Amino acid sequence: MNLTLKVWRQKGPNDAGKLVEYSAQGVSPDMSFLEMLDVVNEGLIKKGEDAIAFDSDCREGICGMCSLVINGQPHGPELGTATCQLHMRTFSDGDTIVVEPFRARAFPPVKDLAVDRSAFDRIMQAGGYVSVNTGNAPEANANLISHHVAEKAMDAAACIGCGACVAACPNASAMLFVAAKVSQYALLPQGQPERTRRALKMREAMDDEGFGNCSNEYACEAACPKEIKVSNIARFNREHLKASVCSEE
Amino acid sequence: MILDSKVPDGPIEKKWDKHKFETKLVNPANKRKYDVLVVGTGLAGASAAASLAELGYNVKVFCIQDSPRRAHSIAAQGGINAAKNYPNDGDSVWRLFYDTVKGGDFRAREANVYRLAQVSASIIDQCVAQGVPFAREYGGTLSNRSFGGAQVSRTFYARGQTGQQLLLGAYSALMRQVGQGTVSMYPRREMLELVVENGAARGIVCRNLVTGEVESYAGHAVLLCTGGYGNVFYLSTNAASCNVSATWRAHKHGALFANPCYTQIHPTCIPVSGDHQSKLTLMSESLRNDGRVWVPKKKGDKRSPETIPEAERDYYLERKYPSFGNLVPRDVASRNAKSMIDEGKGVGETGLSVYLDFSEAIKRLGAEKIKEKYGNLFDMYHHITDEDPYKVPMRIYPAVHYAMGGLWVDYNLMTTIPGLFCLGEANFSDHGANRLGASALMQGLADGYFVIPYTLGGYLTSTKLPKTDASSPAFKDMEKAVAERTKKLLCVNGKRTPSDFHKELGKIMWDKCGMARNENELKEAISKIAALREQFWKDVKVTASNEEFNQTLERAGRVADYLEFGELLVRDALHRKESCGGHFREEYQTPDGEAKRDDANFSYAAAWEFKGVGQEPVLHKEPLTFENVHLAERNYA
Ligand SMILES: Cc1cc2nc3c(=O)[nH]c(=O)nc-3n(C[C@H](O)[C@H](O)[C@H](O)COP(=O)(O)OP(=O)(O)OC[C@H]3O[C@@H](n4cnc5c(N)ncnc54)[C@H](O)[C@@H]3O)c2cc1C
Repeated sequence: MNLTLKVWRQKGPNDAGKLVEYSAQGVSPDMSFLEMLDVVNEGLIKKGEDAIAFDSDCREGICGMCSLVINGQPHGPELGTATCQLHMRTFSDGDTIVVEPFRARAFPPVKDLAVDRSAFDRIMQAGGYVSVNTGNAPEANANLISHHVAEKAMDAAACIGCGACVAACPNASAMLFVAAKVSQYALLPQGQPERTRRALKMREAMDDEGFGNCSNEYACEAACPKEIKVSNIARFNREHLKASVCSEE
Repeated sequence: MILDSKVPDGPIEKKWDKHKFETKLVNPANKRKYDVLVVGTGLAGASAAASLAELGYNVKVFCIQDSPRRAHSIAAQGGINAAKNYPNDGDSVWRLFYDTVKGGDFRAREANVYRLAQVSASIIDQCVAQGVPFAREYGGTLSNRSFGGAQVSRTFYARGQTGQQLLLGAYSALMRQVGQGTVSMYPRREMLELVVENGAARGIVCRNLVTGEVESYAGHAVLLCTGGYGNVFYLSTNAASCNVSATWRAHKHGALFANPCYTQIHPTCIPVSGDHQSKLTLMSESLRNDGRVWVPKKKGDKRSPETIPEAERDYYLERKYPSFGNLVPRDVASRNAKSMIDEGKGVGETGLSVYLDFSEAIKRLGAEKIKEKYGNLFDMYHHITDEDPYKVPMRIYPAVHYAMGGLWVDYNLMTTIPGLFCLGEANFSDHGANRLGASALMQGLADGYFVIPYTLGGYLTSTKLPKTDASSPAFKDMEKAVAERTKKLLCVNGKRTPSDFHKELGKIMWDKCGMARNENELKEAISKIAALREQFWKDVKVTASNEEFNQTLERAGRVADYLEFGELLVRDALHRKESCGGHFREEYQTPDGEAKRDDANFSYAAAWEFKGVGQEPVLHKEPLTFENVHLAERNYA
């Protein structure tokens, strides 16, 4: 396959960026999207040009390092996959593909397609944990947790923290990310002691980072590579409301 | 140099307790005065950093990725072992210890392995308390499954995302400490030098990957938790940024590197599809609980699998190893796949794969149940190959997966440089010549949660460390070394990309030092690597500048280190004239093709001392004695 790429190039956080056209020749349908970019980069380096910067690491859809908005869609056209799992067989010979970074005020640019998502870490620091020091744990089977509750918590915990939900949302809201974490702990007995505090603190941290609010677009769910459900946002809203009204803290 | 493993005396069951009691403690108020540098935020690094900060130490943490949550541990799939004996199937600390020593083909240090088994149960308690959503039975208790090399079910799991959930647990503990101000987090930093002052590790020099600035950090101890070196083979199941640089630079400062030739080749990975391939994807070992491995009995049989009748299939693992069946250890499963393929019985377009078939399990349990257990793995396979494993058998092939070798450490996890500790996959300690599935996660968390919090204090209280800071000459020298090396990489301005060199190195390693090794080819590999290394410094091309986010430059630095380290790995393989675990020398095998150890001559850990690039390293031996598990030929039949 031969393709035309229009790729966002931006030297650094304070430089202006623009779309630059490249051609990708001899692309195999078995390549992943990132392997296709690797091939383009090899060509650029050989010509003495700066390679296109983009984040990726595990290349199997679990580390959450890769990003990219491909033809307007975070992680590209396929549902339930990260960019690194998108294969070129999804495209056709002669296609033009536009590749841009995840854009949000809370994700400042680093270079080209790489952005800074450390805002997520700071939200986690505000309350995305159970306060249990090492050595302080009771016997693991002391608390029974029913199979379906554990599975539901796992559905929420599957979030890879990539930020596609933010990139997809017209308000650049991080609600799905925060809701997934709050839900995981709200569902489990281990999360109960800090349940109200967590909902309040994480919500506050999210707002402080400059993420927008949720207006029920559901774009986050559609873009999520782990197919995290918006029902988590409903649960988070309930948790937050309850906490705001009833919190003793 | 005499290698002192510092293993406490006394019966093996008492060693750790005795050692903990005898180790001096740091008083709580004094802990605040100690700065500890933790490099790496995988299971080992994140758990160590969080636990040490909880104790009161001042901790600084570094990682390459943009967030500590993205360390390669996140990708672990199948599970974590622990001797809980919940299924009541005969497990015990002793059995986990025994299985691990035997699985490692009698090339691990008994005392370390015993301690690992001992603390394993507490790991599960800790992770559950953090809110890790392990799989559960309907009654609410934790579920278990089986992994290779064990006849009991002791593996805990969270779907096929166990590493992710365990790492998020450790990461959340780490984030809590960052929030409380006890940990300072430095992401997008690559450690490029170790600073040794007055014979002790006192700091590190990093490159800020966003700005290119060279930064120094001083402390009282340095913990390397930087993962494994599998990417020296270019194609492996490891993440792209996995590297040997941190441990290699420490090695160049005097830390001995042990058993580099023990690399694990995992039997069940998705086969290579073409030249463009950037990594190989693992299909978790847990699949061998329900999947059956087979090839057609006839050579070159090109029929599609469902049309090959039962009688014409060879379920070779079940046939050769009836008591372990498909769950033989990894080295055994990989070698058998290779020999089937060498015999011409491989399947798929390239003939370079064997079947892993779920049709029988789907019939027995239903597709729904299989989906619940392995859904994400099946989806992953489907995405990559465009074949639906619910309908056709998976095709799998062995791939480089894990590094049993690493920096030599004593019982306290300290390297041969005082104050430099090494945890997790980066050290050599617990798995001998072959790691059992689901034991790496256990080891990383054991090291971080339950070993280093005790042993670090022992070092700090027993050592007088003069004041130092990042402006001292030792730091300035290393900053200069880092800057010069970067400049050198940028100045070559040749014709070949760093990846191009990496690919060629990987091919040499895989062809000459992969699943089967022999003297001639290993010797050939040494000279080829040396030549490639020379060419690298004449012909590599690194574009753009240091003062920016430059992934080509990062890559070039890592490849340069692999070009030095690869040679050590091969030299180690050449010197070990026996076969054991993941190290298979064609000259040393039993009549039926199994690994043949030479306990009289090779029952030791080989710890290498650096003598200069291209110079022959010096071998130091730590003798291994087996007082509790008797040396025997490994038999899984
Ligand atoms: C696909 C896959 C599946 C696996 N499944 C299982 C399983 O089911 N069960 C099991 O027990 N094991 C499994 N393993 C093995 C296990 O995941 C690893 O051995 C283990 O997670 C390693 O953890 P670690 O903390 O030692 O290192 P890692 O998780 O690799 O972390 C390394 C850290 O060091 C940092 N780092 C590295 N170099 C530098 C540097 N120079 N400067 C600064 N920072 C640096 C990185 O940024 C990272 O934070 C699997 C491995 C793979 C590849």
